[in-house]
Amino acid sequence: MTEPAETAEAIVRSVRSVCDPEIPVLTIADLGILRSVEVEAAAEADETAEGKETGEGKETGGTAGLRAHVVITPTYSGCPAMETIRVDVQRAARAAGATEVDVELVFSPAWTTDWMSDEGKAKLDAYGIAPPTGKAAAGPIGLSMAVKCPLCHSLNTTELSRFGSTACKALYRCSDCLEPFDYFKVH
Amino acid sequence: MPTVGDELEVDPLLPGAGVPLTATITSVPSEDVARYALMLGDDALITAQRLGELVAKGPELEEDIALTNIALDQLGAARMFLQYAGRGLDKTEDELAYFRDEAEFRSCALVEQPNGDFGQTIAKVLLTSLYQQLLYRGLLDSSDEFLAAVAAKSIKEVDYHVEHASMWTVRLGDGTEESHRRMQAGLEMMWPYVDELFNDSPCADLIDSGVAVSPASLREEFDARLAEILQTATLRVPEIPPARGQGRFGLHSPHLGYILAEMQVLARQHPGATW
Repeated sequence: MTEPAETAEAIVRSVRSVCDPEIPVLTIADLGILRSVEVEAAAEADETAEGKETGEGKETGGTAGLRAHVVITPTYSGCPAMETIRVDVQRAARAAGATEVDVELVFSPAWTTDWMSDEGKAKLDAYGIAPPTGKAAAGPIGLSMAVKCPLCHSLNTTELSRFGSTACKALYRCSDCLEPFDYFKVH
Repeated sequence: MPTVGDELEVDPLLPGAGVPLTATITSVPSEDVARYALMLGDDALITAQRLGELVAKGPELEEDIALTNIALDQLGAARMFLQYAGRGLDKTEDELAYFRDEAEFRSCALVEQPNGDFGQTIAKVLLTSLYQQLLYRGLLDSSDEFLAAVAAKSIKEVDYHVEHASMWTVRLGDGTEESHRRMQAGLEMMWPYVDELFNDSPCADLIDSGVAVSPASLREEFDARLAEILQTATLRVPEIPPARGQGRFGLHSPHLGYILAEMQVLARQHPGATW
């Protein structure tokens, strides 16, 4: 039987590896929308009432399960991907051995692209979406630096539309290779 | 047992950075605060529903996407406000959105105005988002933790709406003779409904207790910001007397009934339906 601590590690890894449904190369950890994962021994269900008396039972991998408490935050307040992410997190935690999962959605503190990992930005670029170029906290929106074309890496790009295929993106075009591309806005 | 999440540090310069992570999610407002949240949520909900009418009907593809993205942000804000209001009024967000009649809505007259032509739509987005921007900025300091958190979340989105609407106002106003005429006409069409936004009386008690922002206190900055945008756009600030707006007290124009009919028909014909 697997040790509970090992299973707990696996649950955390599994939750961290859930991907954004709209940008499947990014995990929710890369995006910074996964705020925390906590795994603890589940509160005893009826069947464990006997084990409780002996005390030792659940410590050695007895009948008590593991409860995962996951906190996520939306990118934009109306982001329709959150429901899918909630279901995917549930499934991922259970697949790794959690017996109870609750997913809490928090709005505060508000998500920002500053929380996106460097690894996540590199993955976005490789996928063909230009990553956010500046820090949201450093100044007002819209004062980001030049956006680099993810295809030919030219900085000679122009904004075609301030709103793109999802709430978090804008549409750009490279003036050198002429390809249009998505840009993940600084937010 | 392992925990992750500690690596996510919150930049202290961000709005709302000082608000605790989870303290706000289950708090239950008093009935007064719930009614205030309902008023804020209804403005956002009706704005979203009206702009949503433009799905696949925008004047060009990019603008179709832009206007409906704005609608989506507004819907997100509406849901947060309505969920909070619902906890104080013992209702779900769906019950509040789909099973209230016109007289129970607290939205202002501005947001229920028809989209009209593009000049009219942009005028409405400009006036609404400029008002919301100042209101949400004020709410960052609300003594109500949840409202402050929603404001911190939404203000970044509303900032973008203001920028977008300002850009179009300037482009149309300072464009051709026809675009100038239509942008000015759009502003004049919406102008009578602006006064209602800055009336303190619907939330006077909550202003005193530090929960609500005094709308009247926002008027000066609203006028100054708007005048600046309109000047760049070579447009005039309209001089049209205000309409008698009583939306905050449940008295609406016939427009709202049609909006609600479309928004609520499915939920009312098939109660409890999920998809």
